[in-house]
Amino acid sequence: MLNPYMPYPVSIDEIITETEDRNLKTFKFVFLNPGDEDKFSYRAGQFAELSVTGKGEIPIGIASSPTEKGFVKFTVNKVGLVSSYLHSMKVGDIMGIRGPLGNSYPWNTLEGKNVVIIGGGFAFTTLRSSIIFMLDPANRKKFKDINVIYGARTPGMLLYRDELAAWEKRDDINMHITVDAANDPDWKYNVGFVPAITEKKAPSADADTYAIICGPPVMIKFTQPVLDKLGYGHDQIIMSLENRMKCGIGMCGRCNIGKEFVCKDGPVFTLAQLNATPREY
Amino acid sequence: MLGYIDKIREISKRLLDEGRVDMVIGFRKGTMPMMNEPAFVKTPGEVSTLVWDSNCGINLANYLTDRKEKIGVIAKGCDSRNIVTHLLENKTKRDKLVIIGVPCKGMIDRRRITAMFDDEVREVTEEGDVITVKGTGFEKKLKKAEILQDNCSKCIHRNPVLYDELAAPLVEEQKDIDRYADVRLIEAMSPQEKWQYFEDLLSPCIRCYACRNACPLCYCPTCFVDEARPQWVGKSQDPIDIRTFHFLRAYHCAGRCTDCGACERACPVGIKIRQFTSKLNRDCLDMFGWEAGLSLDQRPPLDTFKPGDPGDFIK
Amino acid sequence: MKVIKIDKKDWTGGIKKIQDSYRLFGPVKGEKFHDFKELGKGELPDLNFSNTRLSPKSIVYPQSEIMFEYSLDEKDSDHHIMKDAAKNYSPRAVLGIRPCDASAFLLVKRNFDTPEYRDPYWIRAYEATTFIGAACNNPCSTCFCTTAGSGPFNEEGLDILLSDAGDCWYAKAITEKGEKLLNAAGWSKAAAGGSLKKIESLKKEAEARISSSILTDQLKNKKTTELYEAPFWEDVSFACINCGTCTYLCPTCWCFDIQDENSGCSGVRMKNWDSCMFPLFTNHGTGHNPRGTKLHRVRQRFMHKLKYYVDKYDNGIQCVGCGRCIRSCPVNIDIRRVCDMMNSYDPKACACPVK
Repeated sequence: MLNPYMPYPVSIDEIITETEDRNLKTFKFVFLNPGDEDKFSYRAGQFAELSVTGKGEIPIGIASSPTEKGFVKFTVNKVGLVSSYLHSMKVGDIMGIRGPLGNSYPWNTLEGKNVVIIGGGFAFTTLRSSIIFMLDPANRKKFKDINVIYGARTPGMLLYRDELAAWEKRDDINMHITVDAANDPDWKYNVGFVPAITEKKAPSADADTYAIICGPPVMIKFTQPVLDKLGYGHDQIIMSLENRMKCGIGMCGRCNIGKEFVCKDGPVFTLAQLNATPREY
Repeated sequence: MLGYIDKIREISKRLLDEGRVDMVIGFRKGTMPMMNEPAFVKTPGEVSTLVWDSNCGINLANYLTDRKEKIGVIAKGCDSRNIVTHLLENKTKRDKLVIIGVPCKGMIDRRRITAMFDDEVREVTEEGDVITVKGTGFEKKLKKAEILQDNCSKCIHRNPVLYDELAAPLVEEQKDIDRYADVRLIEAMSPQEKWQYFEDLLSPCIRCYACRNACPLCYCPTCFVDEARPQWVGKSQDPIDIRTFHFLRAYHCAGRCTDCGACERACPVGIKIRQFTSKLNRDCLDMFGWEAGLSLDQRPPLDTFKPGDPGDFIK
Repeated sequence: MKVIKIDKKDWTGGIKKIQDSYRLFGPVKGEKFHDFKELGKGELPDLNFSNTRLSPKSIVYPQSEIMFEYSLDEKDSDHHIMKDAAKNYSPRAVLGIRPCDASAFLLVKRNFDTPEYRDPYWIRAYEATTFIGAACNNPCSTCFCTTAGSGPFNEEGLDILLSDAGDCWYAKAITEKGEKLLNAAGWSKAAAGGSLKKIESLKKEAEARISSSILTDQLKNKKTTELYEAPFWEDVSFACINCGTCTYLCPTCWCFDIQDENSGCSGVRMKNWDSCMFPLFTNHGTGHNPRGTKLHRVRQRFMHKLKYYVDKYDNGIQCVGCGRCIRSCPVNIDIRRVCDMMNSYDPKACACPVK
């Protein structure tokens, strides 16, 4: 019997400090055992439990794309016991990852559609995975227009800045990067909150357009009415939730919203699904 | 004490009618013999659900913590002492409370009565000082004084110490009570015997925290056993962690405990938790002449220093 | 279905023989109440009980269970890598489990044995166990098993059902596992014809003694969000002190926590029971708590048992009616009352007047 609690051993291959407050770091892991990478076959939007031996596990969205081979990447915010310890770890340290877990974004549905990605703050990790996945030469033709609205408090708080700049230069993806306030005189992108930029830049709704939203609760709260105004149906608004998790496989009982487990039945839900469940997230 | 019910309802109705309180916190009839459920009423029409009898052992001060409403609260002696403690510790405000004092003749010990019979106790009624216990094919009359909760049988503060209304005339306090016989028994043990005694005492603990949560003193937003950074106590069934919880919790209650018995009453596996708190209560009495919750005018001994405080523990 | 007659004189000898090939668990009377314990060689279960204070779930699902071990010492070649802890899944038997508690394992199995993931600890322990039920002749006034999908003679989840026929036990072998155990005990005397009839009449008598019931027929039809928003939760949750008594004593509650515990340069990763009653259960690292009040937590417990589970598995409620939570709740919160409120809830009728 496979043991779903057993993590794959990995070592830390690279650590990148992403943001100016140094609270977000991206960890690149390589698998210690040959064959584990194949077993860890994932889709954009899934997550994994990062297992820091002796401290515990934390559920973190997978930031790398299935099209990137040889490693997996996670961007971790320094919050609690495990994430704080992880931030103090070094390249070469050994830990574990357990997964992939959860359902992923609905790629079958999204195929052949316009995709609008709306992200805020550090909730951009699985969105990065999704963008890299869609922009892969083998995949790009499967999707119509791709729009990305991504905001952070300041330019220094944006994740993956080099990649954002590279995507800005491409013509097969429309980037709308924004910051709440810019202290940088050379800032050449948008200034304003994500909901306002969404209202200005997001394509209006049609049957072929889906929006994926990830961000802090306040951003979601104010973006949703904008999408309503733009005519997006609640089946076409896709969200990824976070809740406290332990097992990640629908057994330990804490992350449920109604009868759905965020870890196993989610973390990705349409707004229509969420409307039918208690909002305990 | 059944006679108190009408008066409690009458006072509650008046307080709600006059808008002096938003709610009255009391007891409603339980679904099992010897059990009542803490409940609130918010309209005069609901006061008929309020009851009072010898099964109201839960400490209602526990339901006042951090509430915003103006509350009428029914308080027997120990509840009122915990309200005083709450006031001293700023967990509630005097002007938010209308205290409906209930002179108390003690609560009966449900566990002990259940254990007296081989078959299930299905009905318990009381009339004056006689408790009638019925089951399938048996009926027995018991004297209330003989089946009191242990803490009630040793209680010398049956009358509320602080109240705005009174549901009945004050009762005579018990006198010449040996309150600390159990403490002396343990004190007389050798260290090994004590250790064994505590080990046996705590061995059934399942860490449900009913004792802590039933206690009006345990209102910390995050209890030390739940703290993750730093994690003081492990979360498994390790006996060391279980002991740490009980010992430390008892010390957190030192000089604050009113011996209301809520902890023991709540424990699903019958641990005599007061074996710890009684010792600390006795020490507070011996060393500082202090009993918790008797006065609003005096600070508790463990948050003040007086030059005359005993100091022989400093070596 | 084979029925064996066990003369009471053969009882002790059979139990000793069972212990030759099984770890045997049974109810034992402690100072104040009965609980399931692993029986020592020659120790007998005490079947003179109504039910145990704690449920027997811990025989399969211990309150604390080590999953993995690890070294934190970088000198060890496998430092920081999880290794399976040693386990004992040799055959075990539970003698004297009540039918309600045995059927609870089937409910819990739906959580731990799913098409996508299987919890190896629960499943292997469960599969190693033979359940010998003691039919319940003397139910409590708080038992409502017959309306909670179980019953005093319910056979689901059991391998053998023992019925007390006075001078002897009737042992009905329900599964092959059960037959195997009866053979191991040397209990082989077929009961005379009519034993099934006798068991049936004992069953009827016992069922008639169940005096308490719930209605669950409307739960499935209710809208989750409407039940969730029902005004009665304030009243239901008021008395709750958010202790873990109900969930820890419940045979069908399965929630757990995962913890690493270190000692020097090594440690273990373990599963510990957890409870939806505890605020920490759902607290986010940021401090945000989606079930931040006791109303949330009490509602979660009842909604999980009586609505979410019903909707998720379409197989009844997550409760077998053992009544432990009623008997042991320190503040008398009664699932029967709450179930009736939920089952009969009509949001339109409850346009409560503003007070």
